[in-house]
Amino acid sequence: MTLTIRNTAKTFADGTKALLPTDLAVGPGEILSLLGPSGCGKTTLLRIIAGLERPDAGSEVRFGDADVTNLAVERRNVGMVFQSYALFPNMSVRANVGYGLKVRGVEKAERDRRVDEVLKLCRLNAFAERSVRALSGGQQQRVALARAVAPRPRILLLDEPLSALDAALRDSLRDELAAMLRQFGITAVFVTHDQGEALAIADRIAVMSEGKLRQVGTPEDLYHAPASPFVARFIGNAMALDGRREGTSLVLPGGALSLPEPAVGKTAYVRAECVRLDPEGQLEGVVKSATFSGGHYRLSIGGVLAGDSLLQAHHAGRTAPRAGDTVRLAISPSDLLLLSDELPRPA
Amino acid sequence: MRRAPTWWLQLAVTLLTAAFLIVPAIQSILAGLTVNYFQGLSSGLTLKWIGRVWDLYSDSIFLSLWLAVTCLAVTLVIGVPAAYALARNPGRLSRMLEEFISLPLAVPGLALALALLQLYGTMSGFRTSWTFILAGHVLYTLPFMVRSVLAVLMAMDFRSLEESAATLGASAPTRFRTIIVPSALPGILAGSLTVVTLSIGEFNLTWMLHTPYLKTLPVGLADSYASMRLEVASAYTLVFFVMIVPLLMAMQWATARAQRIAR
Repeated sequence: MTLTIRNTAKTFADGTKALLPTDLAVGPGEILSLLGPSGCGKTTLLRIIAGLERPDAGSEVRFGDADVTNLAVERRNVGMVFQSYALFPNMSVRANVGYGLKVRGVEKAERDRRVDEVLKLCRLNAFAERSVRALSGGQQQRVALARAVAPRPRILLLDEPLSALDAALRDSLRDELAAMLRQFGITAVFVTHDQGEALAIADRIAVMSEGKLRQVGTPEDLYHAPASPFVARFIGNAMALDGRREGTSLVLPGGALSLPEPAVGKTAYVRAECVRLDPEGQLEGVVKSATFSGGHYRLSIGGVLAGDSLLQAHHAGRTAPRAGDTVRLAISPSDLLLLSDELPRPA
Repeated sequence: MRRAPTWWLQLAVTLLTAAFLIVPAIQSILAGLTVNYFQGLSSGLTLKWIGRVWDLYSDSIFLSLWLAVTCLAVTLVIGVPAAYALARNPGRLSRMLEEFISLPLAVPGLALALALLQLYGTMSGFRTSWTFILAGHVLYTLPFMVRSVLAVLMAMDFRSLEESAATLGASAPTRFRTIIVPSALPGILAGSLTVVTLSIGEFNLTWMLHTPYLKTLPVGLADSYASMRLEVASAYTLVFFVMIVPLLMAMQWATARAQRIAR
């Protein structure tokens, strides 16, 4: 099913504009992630799609050919996984998963068959008769997912599905969740503030900030071709290189870099993984700290950027310079992201 | 094991206090079971007085039980949805309404009864029927039901539960029946036991509202103290104990359970 959102906005009763007019389309079976910092309107948009929040007049939400803008939540046939999971504490795992089928009046034999099928898909068969209170965080998350997909919803909505788990569990469950979502083949929209989650799970990512969609694209697009400094910073933590422009070169306190184009009115950005240690490099700086993080060292280098800003570099060698060492650095012109400065926000 | 002197002191104070409370109760119970209280236990034990209480006051016992059951039904029907509505709309108006419902706790029962009499006293059909006493009991017990249910509802994230039920296709009445009521059940149980106990034991208000043909258990108790021989009155106390003590214990248990969930 295709989800189409047109001119959809939300203004709360106190006048806060949580979501500015937004257009978005999600294709059949596609997994789209709404990514952004807290308060950017991503959860509001998800709740509008679910029908839990009423959008402003003039908004339009379509499921396939049907206009569902004014359809009550219980008649939209959506599946939703809540941040807190919101499992029914007075029911067993089986009753939780079967709830959606039961209220739809599916008869018991058919209901049991479907519940068993979904429990098996989510590897929950062993826990079917347990109380949901006796489950671990990861199991609860799977029950929430199983409950949402059991009635075969037209669209699956997930609100920060991994944030209630502890960090160690989150990474392993992330890939598991991605695999399960693909297995269901249902159109899915999931909200997260964690770029790693979005990159790992989504087919496409919609980056949001301050109630607006900033950019929608595949993870690769957003990473390699961010449309704005905000997206560049939010995905992959790009650093701004502020310096004096001399033709096609950029003069920084630590040396001059050549730019691929004159790029008037644009700022150059670079990511830590694209800054290399190179004895022939054009830039020079002093290592302020070197942290070993398994695959690479994370170096903070002073004296390259203007002011007190530190340039971050990832260094993949077996040894690394120490704090206080002077190093030379290279950034190849093709790794520079040249982006127009952000326009002032329309009032 | 040697214990500190303060431990013995605490034990003594506790036992003395307990004795201070229990001895009169035991004495009263014994009085209801002796043939002649003034001659003491030597006159022998009998169940005659309890039989007499039954002959004289069984109507009061049944009326009290009936009132407690109907009062419970009314407070359930009004109180549970009211608590849900208050929990759903947290705002100044809700807080005011909650305080307003709780007002009968602060106003003496006599004043409450007087107000009811002033307002409805002239409607003689209502005034002389058991429903008049019921109205008083509902007024007095409703805040206990509302508060008990409200506390449990506020302690859990019922909004998320309801929202997830809604996304699963449950309509508002279905959500109330399948999600809200079962989740609030510990609060409803604690509230119910409180309402029944209070209704059976209520005296102030009922004494003002009752008619000679409609005496509840506690009103009958006062009547027996005033007009019967001591043994009958004491036997009545015994009957009252037997009815109210198990209820009180159940109430304690249910309230503790609801508070554990609310925490």
